Amino acid sequence: MRRTPLFEIHKSLNAKFTEFGGWEMPVQYSSIVKEHLAVRESVGLFDLSHMGEIDIKGNGAKELVEKLCTNDVNRLVDGQALYTLLCNENGGIVDDILVYRHSENSYTLVVNAGNIEKDFEWFKIQNDTEAEISDDSDNTVLIAIQGPKSLDILNRYVLNHDLSDISFFRFVNNEVAGIPAAISRTGYTGELGFEIYIKAENAIDLWNTLYPDVIEAAGLPVGLGARDTLRLEAGLRLYGMDMNENTTPYDVGLGRFVKFKNRDFIGKSVLYSQKQKVDQKKRLVGFKMLDRSVARCGYTVHKNGNPIGEVTSGAPSPSLNCNIGFALIQNKKVKQIDIDIRGKMHPAEIVKIPFIS
Amino acid sequence: MIPQELKYNESHEWVRQDDDIATIGITDYAQSEIQDIVFVELPDVGTQITHKTEFGVIESVKAAFDLYAPVSGEVIEVNESLLDAPEQVNESPYDEGWFLKIKMTDKNELNVLLDAEAYQEHIEGDNA
Repeated sequence: MRRTPLFEIHKSLNAKFTEFGGWEMPVQYSSIVKEHLAVRESVGLFDLSHMGEIDIKGNGAKELVEKLCTNDVNRLVDGQALYTLLCNENGGIVDDILVYRHSENSYTLVVNAGNIEKDFEWFKIQNDTEAEISDDSDNTVLIAIQGPKSLDILNRYVLNHDLSDISFFRFVNNEVAGIPAAISRTGYTGELGFEIYIKAENAIDLWNTLYPDVIEAAGLPVGLGARDTLRLEAGLRLYGMDMNENTTPYDVGLGRFVKFKNRDFIGKSVLYSQKQKVDQKKRLVGFKMLDRSVARCGYTVHKNGNPIGEVTSGAPSPSLNCNIGFALIQNKKVKQIDIDIRGKMHPAEIVKIPFIS
Repeated sequence: MIPQELKYNESHEWVRQDDDIATIGITDYAQSEIQDIVFVELPDVGTQITHKTEFGVIESVKAAFDLYAPVSGEVIEVNESLLDAPEQVNESPYDEGWFLKIKMTDKNELNVLLDAEAYQEHIEGDNA
C-alpha cells in the first residue's frame, strides 16, 4: 500500500488506518463523530494526498480537456475550477473530477485516488492533439482545511491576499507560510473551506503550520471516516460507490453537470438520447431510515416485497442524528422503501438530497 | 485494565459468570476499536444463543460488527437501556454497557475461553 508524506505524523497522532484506493490512509484520529462535528462547528484538517493530479498542457490542451469532460470547461477562466464527470462512449462514468484552469492551454485534473492510472491511460488514448499529459500525483500533496473557522486560520499565513475574496470554485497561486501553494476554495464537506495543493517536500511544514491553529480553534485532524459522513450529508456522490462505469450521470442525478450546447465530448450522443427520451432506468435517491437500523452499501432495496435496487452509501448522520444514505433504484416514483438489513425489512423514507442545507 | 475475573472470546466479547447465569458484553479494546456506537441489535428474551455463533450486531458510524456468543444458553435479560443510550458501550463496556444475561446450558464452554492474561496477549498480537 502507498503512504502519503504525512504518514508518520498521522501515526504520531494515533490515527487508525484503512486501505483506500491503494493507499494506507487515516480513517479516524479520535472519533468519527467528533471529527465530523469539528468540521461543521469549527474546523478540520485533512490529508488528501492520495488524490491524483494530472496536468494537461501545451497546444491542444483545451481541445483535449473539452473532449474528456461532460461539463462546459470552455467557460472556465484562468484561476477557476469546475466539477465535471468523465464519461466513456456509452455514457458510463469513468471518474468524477475537478478541472483547474491555469491558462488557456494549461489545466490540472484532480482525479480519485483509485482511478489515477486508469484516467492517465484514458487521457493518453483519447489525446489526438499535441498536448502533454503528465501525472504529477507523486510530487503533489493536498491538504484541506474545512469548516467555518478555516478562512480565519488560513488567512493568518497568506500575507498579501485576503482569502475572503476568493469565491467558491476559484483558486489563487500564492504562498502559505512561505510555501508556494495553489489555494482553492473547494471541498467535499458542504462547509466553507480550502484545498491547498503544494509540493510533496513541503507537506510536513504546511501541516505543522496549520495544525496548532486548528487545535486552538477547537478543531481536529479529520480522517476518511468523517470525510465520508460529511460528504454524504452534503449530498456529494463518491466514485466507486454511488457511481461507476455502469451508471450514467442521469442515473445518479448528476445530469446538471452534462452540457451539450456548442460542444463535443466523449459519450455525448448516448447521453443526449438518454436526456431526450427520458427513458432513464435507474435513479439515485436519498433516504432516511425510519427506525434505528443502519443501511450500508450493497443492501437490497424493496418496494411491495420486490427488489428495486440497492443502497450505494449509508451511514449514521452525526449532524442529523438519524441514519441516511443513497440508493440506486428503478426509476419509479416512490415515497417509502424497505431495506433488507440482515434478512429483515426496515422502512426508510425518500428525502431530498442534500440532507443538510 | 482488563478485568481479571472475566473470561474472553477471541472476537472480543467478555462473559461474567454468576453460578449458571452469564452476563455478556464487549471489551474496552473492542469498543475503542469500533468507536461511535449508534445501535446495538440484540436477541429477544427467550432466544437460544450458541457458543461461537453470531447473536447480534453493533452498528457504529463506521461499520457493522457481528457479535459472537462466548457461551450457549437462553437469553433471560437484555440491557434495554442501550436502545436509548448505545454510547454506554463506549463509555462503560464492563458495567453499564453490558448486553445480555443468559442461563448457560454448558458451563464447560467457559473453559475454552481466554482468561485475562491470555486475552491481553491476544490483543497485543492483534496490534503487532
